[in-house]
Amino acid sequence: MRRHLLSTADLSQDDAVLILDTAEEIARLAARPIKKLPTLRGRTVVNLFFEDSTRTRTSFEVAAKRLSADVINFSAKGSSVSKGESLKDTALTLEAMGADAVVVRHSASGAAYRLANAGWTTSHVVNAGDGTHEHPTQALLDAFTMRRHLGGFDGRRVTIVGDVLHSRVARSNVQLLATLGARVTLVAPPTLLPVGVANWPCEVAYDLDAVIPDSDAIMMLRVQRERMNGGFFPTQREYSRRYGLDAQRLARLPDKAIVMHPGPMVRGMEISAEVADSDRSVIVEQVANGVSVRMAVLYLLLSGNESAIGHVAPQEYPHENTESKGAAA
Amino acid sequence: MSTTYLIKNASILGGAPADLLLRDGNIAEVGSVVSAGDPVVIDATGLIALPGLVDLHTHLREPGREDAETVDTGTRAAALGGFTAVHAMANTDPVADTAGVVEQVWRLGREAGFCDVFPVGAVTVGLAGERLAELGAMADSAARVRVFSDDGKCVSDANLMRRALEYVKAFDGVIAQHAQEPRLTEGAQMNEGELSGILGLAGWPAVAEEAIIARDILLAAHTESRLHVCHVSTAGSVELIRWAKSKGWPVTAEVTPHHLILTEDLVQSYDPIYKVNPPLRTAADVTALRAGLADGTIDAVATDHAPHPHEDKDCEWAAAAMGMLGLETALSIVQHTMVDTGLMTWADVADRMSSAPARIGQVDDKHGRLIEPGEPANLVLVDPKAKRIVDRTALASLSQNTPYQGMELPGAVVATFLRGTATVLDGKLA
Repeated sequence: MRRHLLSTADLSQDDAVLILDTAEEIARLAARPIKKLPTLRGRTVVNLFFEDSTRTRTSFEVAAKRLSADVINFSAKGSSVSKGESLKDTALTLEAMGADAVVVRHSASGAAYRLANAGWTTSHVVNAGDGTHEHPTQALLDAFTMRRHLGGFDGRRVTIVGDVLHSRVARSNVQLLATLGARVTLVAPPTLLPVGVANWPCEVAYDLDAVIPDSDAIMMLRVQRERMNGGFFPTQREYSRRYGLDAQRLARLPDKAIVMHPGPMVRGMEISAEVADSDRSVIVEQVANGVSVRMAVLYLLLSGNESAIGHVAPQEYPHENTESKGAAA
Repeated sequence: MSTTYLIKNASILGGAPADLLLRDGNIAEVGSVVSAGDPVVIDATGLIALPGLVDLHTHLREPGREDAETVDTGTRAAALGGFTAVHAMANTDPVADTAGVVEQVWRLGREAGFCDVFPVGAVTVGLAGERLAELGAMADSAARVRVFSDDGKCVSDANLMRRALEYVKAFDGVIAQHAQEPRLTEGAQMNEGELSGILGLAGWPAVAEEAIIARDILLAAHTESRLHVCHVSTAGSVELIRWAKSKGWPVTAEVTPHHLILTEDLVQSYDPIYKVNPPLRTAADVTALRAGLADGTIDAVATDHAPHPHEDKDCEWAAAAMGMLGLETALSIVQHTMVDTGLMTWADVADRMSSAPARIGQVDDKHGRLIEPGEPANLVLVDPKAKRIVDRTALASLSQNTPYQGMELPGAVVATFLRGTATVLDGKLA
């Protein structure tokens, strides 16, 4: 089917489960003393980051290196991008250097889609966050984390709270979790919900307290500083009071419910320090799982034939693949 | 001494076939022309004769962005599209906000000679929306400006808009408003709706257009001055204009060809070829715009021909320029969406693409006139049965940003005459 990972909406349930299962196998290997696999030896993965994102870039870098790929970090700072080079020219440059996969983070929604479809490159493209559109590997690692704790998705209730309007994490999660069978509820002030959200495959609520007791997992989204002054809500204090997760609300969650956050957190704003550090919090685990999930994605996209995700079952110890880079799909 | 043309068997405005004799810049005879010296004969059997098309809204980009379009290349494109007159928008660099700049554009048009170029003057100095440009000086200049617009930007200050409407009454001008409430459209990238939410692109809500139109309609009524609404794009806007006209207020409106055919779904490709301002809207809006054009609520089709160099479209969506080409495809799109659907006749097309825009632009002494003896020979011959596949590399425009690349469109301009001189013959520049 696909040679890129651009949006979780492109993933069938089988695709998504395959990625999660593969990540699970990889995670088991990670427990061994030698973490590195030879799978992607000789392949080149470029981390093309037009936005600062130490955690996502590092996670992809570790993932690619554990698969023995050569990793090039190409960030906007200190490269020709900062001198005004376009996305297209950067893509052509990376293509000429023989990149097999490009992991791209960009401030423009659709940048990853454009990179994959504009004819600028034949590399596999992994969307590592495009504007306010999607962040599919974040949603996959969230789903991975949820599955481990909740045992599955069917009928599980996931509450996502905060700035949905500007959140690529929320968009990717809603699509993926709906595909996997979970019941998602978005909670936000109406100003931070996109137009048309009523037609998304989820519920929408304005009252966090009403939803808390019915949540198996609750995911708090960061409220970016620039939104605080954008007139979306009156004050930080009011936002915190109405939509922040504090110890009192934590106490009203069902017993085994987990608390998630894609990071970086603004402690004291959308989540209190007490909650972030509580035993319900799986936030640090999310980070660890991110590496396994990204390894699975790179592995499925790059090893075997080009339509790996959805078609090729993972093998326990795949050997180095000698097939040359395929033509554009 | 110009060439005399005898056009045989042309269907005038889609009606009964007749011969047309063009001599000395005028239509000399209409009907069954027997003898006329030694004219060049054009067999127009199966072709429709319309008055030369008039565009109220063209970006010729000169001066300033000669890499995108020039008056010369833009008017070549216009002639190939069947136009004999275009109104050149003011958002050039420098802005056409002085008599000097509008006269320069006017003169470049005369030198190019492919169609008449009527410069539009800016309403405010530098399109900055702060103080009125010298509207009177532009009106009195050789360019004889009657249409004033800050197109690309909205005259959003209510008091400034009121003053502009009042001021142009002195020389019977019209303010052509780009209706876009700026605060409601900060960073806007596409139509606001379910799709913008899914694609994560900042929305350009219909209300941002409609709020300004509603306000300006009331200002036009209050000042008893003429308001023209540029590129109407929403069903709600059509309703507001219909209401204004029912009151008898002096309000006119235009719609672009692309808003008659394309919808926001195309943005799913994130291909900036579909990025335009106002944005592509929904199918319901398209239906309302077609109905509004058919019933005369919307007076005119105007291209909003907006050339951009390749690099401004071959990039990510947010970085791309807004706008699409229109001159060379406008008539085909109107045929496809309005005539072939039975919504309008060819006589209606002549009205919406020639007579009405000529009247609004106050160039109806020369353009948009009847096809009768004694009238200026500004004509276009159209083959409604022709089919063509749009090839962006074959366009006369210096830019290639057509959204119709590869599409098969009906109709072809066979010949265009400007004051009796052929600017286009056999579908090619003469």
